[in-house]
Amino acid sequence: MSLRNIGIVYRKELTEAIRDRRTVISTILVPLLLFPVLSVGFGSLAVMLVGKAKEETPKVMLRGGEDSPEVVAGLKKLDKIEIVPETPNWKDQIINKEVRAAVEIPSGFQTDVAQQKSDTVNIYNYEGELKSEFATDKVEKYLKDYSDTLVKDRLAAKNLPVAVLKPFELKRENVAPPEKVSGAAFGGIIGYMVILLCMTGAMYPAMDLTAGEKERGTMETILSSPISRTHLVLGKFFLILTAALGTAALSVLSMGVSFSVLSHYTGQTADGRAAAAGFILHLGPKTVISVFLMALPIAVLFSAVLMTIALFAKTYKEAQSYLTPMTFIVIVPAIASMLPGVELTSKLSLIPILSTSLLCKELVAGTYHWNLIAIIFSSTCVYAAAALFIAIKMFQREAVLFRS
Amino acid sequence: MIEARSLSKRFQDKKRGEIRAVDNVSFTCQPGKIYGLLGANGAGKTTTLRMLATILEPTDGTATICGYDVIEHPEKVRANVGFLSTATALYRRLTAQEFVEYFGRLNGLDEATLKKRVDSIFNRLDMNGFRDRRCDKLSTGMMQKTSIARTLVHDPPVMIFDEPTNGLDIMTARTITSFIRECRNNGKTVIFSTHIMAEVEKLCDTIGIIQSGKLLVEGTLPQLRDKYAEHELEEIFVKVVTPHYVAEENN
Repeated sequence: MSLRNIGIVYRKELTEAIRDRRTVISTILVPLLLFPVLSVGFGSLAVMLVGKAKEETPKVMLRGGEDSPEVVAGLKKLDKIEIVPETPNWKDQIINKEVRAAVEIPSGFQTDVAQQKSDTVNIYNYEGELKSEFATDKVEKYLKDYSDTLVKDRLAAKNLPVAVLKPFELKRENVAPPEKVSGAAFGGIIGYMVILLCMTGAMYPAMDLTAGEKERGTMETILSSPISRTHLVLGKFFLILTAALGTAALSVLSMGVSFSVLSHYTGQTADGRAAAAGFILHLGPKTVISVFLMALPIAVLFSAVLMTIALFAKTYKEAQSYLTPMTFIVIVPAIASMLPGVELTSKLSLIPILSTSLLCKELVAGTYHWNLIAIIFSSTCVYAAAALFIAIKMFQREAVLFRS
Repeated sequence: MIEARSLSKRFQDKKRGEIRAVDNVSFTCQPGKIYGLLGANGAGKTTTLRMLATILEPTDGTATICGYDVIEHPEKVRANVGFLSTATALYRRLTAQEFVEYFGRLNGLDEATLKKRVDSIFNRLDMNGFRDRRCDKLSTGMMQKTSIARTLVHDPPVMIFDEPTNGLDIMTARTITSFIRECRNNGKTVIFSTHIMAEVEKLCDTIGIIQSGKLLVEGTLPQLRDKYAEHELEEIFVKVVTPHYVAEENN
């Protein structure tokens, strides 16, 4: 094994890759810009849209209430709500977003309340429609407050404490550290993104260094040099691996910065901000190194498999048609790991991609199951070594190199 | 020196079954001589030369180059060979100098020797004007010179040219033919495949005519003229090849 020869091939492939616009875009620019655009861009857009929706004064239609002036007056006094009179096509108006909600006060409501009879007040809205939900929330809050006031007055009239209806307070408190909470929430995404981006980062160079080389006519040139095919394939393989890991590393970096910026701008609750901050803090050197150590064998696996498949193609386009379905093969287990309730077990540890994805989730949350880590690392190493062995063998087959 | 002994190559084709691209070919090329392998398209020239350059492995038979067997020591064979064809393209994103240096390093040259050799070749081939230009920005002539520099960088004793002038304009083709002559004058063993009769007449010391993977006849140009009672090489070629060509067409 000549490390010198492998290094010569690697350096040359690196020089060519850096000078290739498509490689630079897919390996450096896309992962760096993907998360800022997706999270900060869409996040800001969402904040802007929600803010705009909140600023609007929604129209709420009042049905009935002629004999309940006190409630109607209270509704009309509500800030940023415009109460409009009833029309026969009120349902259509809600559906067409001309009116955001309708509130129906039953006949004799105020009298019934005074006589302590129970009535039902209906609120009609457009479920899922943001502005309709805002209008409904405001009306609902007013009516709940009104109901609470009535209860308090009735209890006071009978000299009873409020505790009669509310014997105790219920309070929920999180004891898990913020990074574990955020790990459970964001850890799945980290694993998924690292795996997916290892794959997409490897894809372009894998095609360029095999099918691309055949298409450009340089395969015969390099095969006429004294370098052994094993050294040649290893030099190429290390460049593909560098691209895979580089893409994933830049993505995680970009994702961390994006989350941090996003949590700063979205005006989250204190808990949400703490979770986001914990998440960022927890992506310290230890977590990053752990995630990348676990991603290493899977990146080796992807690089070797993609290179072997792309080698069969005669042209870059043909290689693209072979490799595109591979994305789906990777996405399915990676997404499966994000499903609620899917936990890492020793059996699942043997399934490549899924196991690494689940493990990344645990690592980000700060949990280290060493026995499972050992199983996943060694099994993925075995798969990766097998894939690399096949890639080397394929590079020695004339039928593959000179397929016509 | 090149010695091919019963060199054969068979391919499997899904439609046509087994194809004998090269069938039991034997010949010898001496240092300081040019051996011309003359044949029509698909005759087996490229496959023969690819086996000599160890890009393909023979199915049967073997060949030795500078004493190294192409099957047993392919890497040593390649270290002694400069291989040039129109199919051996350049790395477009490297400069002419980087490209030549890359192959020098793959041939085991240390940095000091490499620098000396690259400077000497670039001066000799008048390449200094474009040594830092990327290969995708070179003219056809510059590309050919860069390819020649690649084959020369490790100063191999054996040169293999597979239809090197195919598709080139006259001026670029002349650069190649004068380079082939220079190789012979420098004592290198040269084998050269073509279907252009004029090139063979001008360059070759020994001519081998190949058709359907078989080496039908070989000899110097005067020997062939005597044997077939024809002066023009084209007429000799037609006389030799026609019976085999007709049989192949009938099959």
